[in-house]
Amino acid sequence: MAPVAAPDMLIPGVEDVVADAQSHGTAGTGEHSMVLNMGPQHPSTHGVLRLVLEIDGEAIVSLASDIGYLHTGIEKTCEAKFYQQVVPLTDRIDYLCPMTNNLAYCLAVEKLLELEIPERAQVLRVLLNELTRIQSHLVWLGTHAMDIGALTVFLYCFREREELLRIFEAISGQRMMTSYFRIGGVSLEPPIGFAEWVQRFLIAMPARIDQYEDLLTGNPIWMGRIKNVGFLSAADAIALGVTGPPARASGIDWDLRRDMPYSGYEKFEFAVPVSTDGDVWARYIVRIQEMRESVKICQQALDMFLSMPSSGRIVADAPKIVLPNREQMKTQMESLIHHFKIVTEGFAVPAGEVYQAVESPRGEMGYYVVSDGTAKPYRVHMRNPSFATLQSLETMCKGRLLADVVAVIGSIDIVLGEIDR
Amino acid sequence: MGVAPTPPPAATAAPEPPKPVDPNAPLFGKDAILDHYSGKAGLTVVASDKFITAKWDRRELTIEVTPDAIVAMCEAVKEDGYNFFEDVTAVDWYPQEPRMQLTYHILSHIRKERLRIAVRLDSSDLSISTITSVWPAANFYEREIFDLFGVHFTGHPRLTRIMMPDNWEGHPLRKDYPVEGYR
Repeated sequence: MAPVAAPDMLIPGVEDVVADAQSHGTAGTGEHSMVLNMGPQHPSTHGVLRLVLEIDGEAIVSLASDIGYLHTGIEKTCEAKFYQQVVPLTDRIDYLCPMTNNLAYCLAVEKLLELEIPERAQVLRVLLNELTRIQSHLVWLGTHAMDIGALTVFLYCFREREELLRIFEAISGQRMMTSYFRIGGVSLEPPIGFAEWVQRFLIAMPARIDQYEDLLTGNPIWMGRIKNVGFLSAADAIALGVTGPPARASGIDWDLRRDMPYSGYEKFEFAVPVSTDGDVWARYIVRIQEMRESVKICQQALDMFLSMPSSGRIVADAPKIVLPNREQMKTQMESLIHHFKIVTEGFAVPAGEVYQAVESPRGEMGYYVVSDGTAKPYRVHMRNPSFATLQSLETMCKGRLLADVVAVIGSIDIVLGEIDR
Repeated sequence: MGVAPTPPPAATAAPEPPKPVDPNAPLFGKDAILDHYSGKAGLTVVASDKFITAKWDRRELTIEVTPDAIVAMCEAVKEDGYNFFEDVTAVDWYPQEPRMQLTYHILSHIRKERLRIAVRLDSSDLSISTITSVWPAANFYEREIFDLFGVHFTGHPRLTRIMMPDNWEGHPLRKDYPVEGYR
């Protein structure tokens, strides 16, 4: 299939779609064309996405997406907070991968501060990031399959997700909005029994992924619904800013973990699954394989973590930036002063600007942080993968059937929280 | 002894081989960057009068160009291997002038490098050409900047609010807009 011409890639607006439908009606060219509103309260739009579709019979003529229903002004809020107070806000951006957000933000601020993070904390961050990726992909698989009609998979996926959320709760005290990472390291030492728990999960997980594949991969209904649906060529994916699994399913061999490593990812061995099919099926296969690779990374990270002395630091040696532990705070005057200062005045960050990109489950998540030398960020901007990927929706759906739109939305795995911020 | 003093050797000696550059050392200013990173793409493609300054800071290269050169700059760096548009956003430096800084992040899949292009706009004329003709991906991003900062992108196919309601007044991410909003 030839790449789409650049002018055709720009998603029309709602008014354009309506006007187009009306002009078709008056010109008599498409007497069956009608405008259909989908969302924002539609279960298959994965949140509050509103689509306005012009359909001719069941075929999509054009499509407009209307976003902003979940806009909470997080970027503005960040400017009024201290650097350390922004971490809990980042959880709420992409609520399916809170730790990835935490990591991207912390890495960006650490780059501004030129802070060295202890290896033990780095390995723990990688471990939790990959568990988050598995967790996010499980939600994607469950809901994607449910959208298409395979209800059973959802229950199996959420069984494993529940296990992961319990692990997150054990380590951070929170199931979803973990806020576990801190500028300078991680907040708490993992609890007793954490490593064994993760190990049990990692041993069980490959067989569980086989189970999902048994239910779906060879299933003729599943194949019929998603094969050759929602095609996106590599050239279009690049032109529209598509990243992550949808880009890799279109044949773009790019993964920030491997190609521009951060947080010690260069020490891990893993494959980057790529497919050249470019359809919903390819995205499904790529994500399933990514889960398997994530299990491998988790295993390596866990082994590395266990091989390190348990007395090792989990935060950087920077008393003016990292909060002291409670014991020190209650017994040492200096720690008490540092604690008081960090909590009441924050810490000043040298002026400058950085952009830190990490590979989130949905693609490239970048945090652009500008500092003016004070304790509050001058500007925090998040480059979120779903926001760019949503632009490719029209290219993928045009000319297809209405039911395929649901399959395509599921396959690009959008999270409206990070689109609207 | 009317011998003129010999000039300092550095002036006459053959040019020294370029010193190895410490990638961690920050460099500021156009000349310093051109001396050390002349091989980098995007540095020589803009005419010198459009090229304002550059910096290498925290292992990130930033090139600041004049607003009228942005489309040419994007086309040139795209030609040079920076194939992927990542992000464009704005920073409001109110009450300083020029007030609005636009920051473009462009990635090269081949070089595995990122380039930041910065542009500063004076508050008397907050408008700049769209780059959707180079990368259609900039569409939503430019709409977002228009919505939240009030910067106009000339030639943009559909410049309307994207986050805020259509009848919203003001641009929330500007620094003179209160965090709690107007009551």
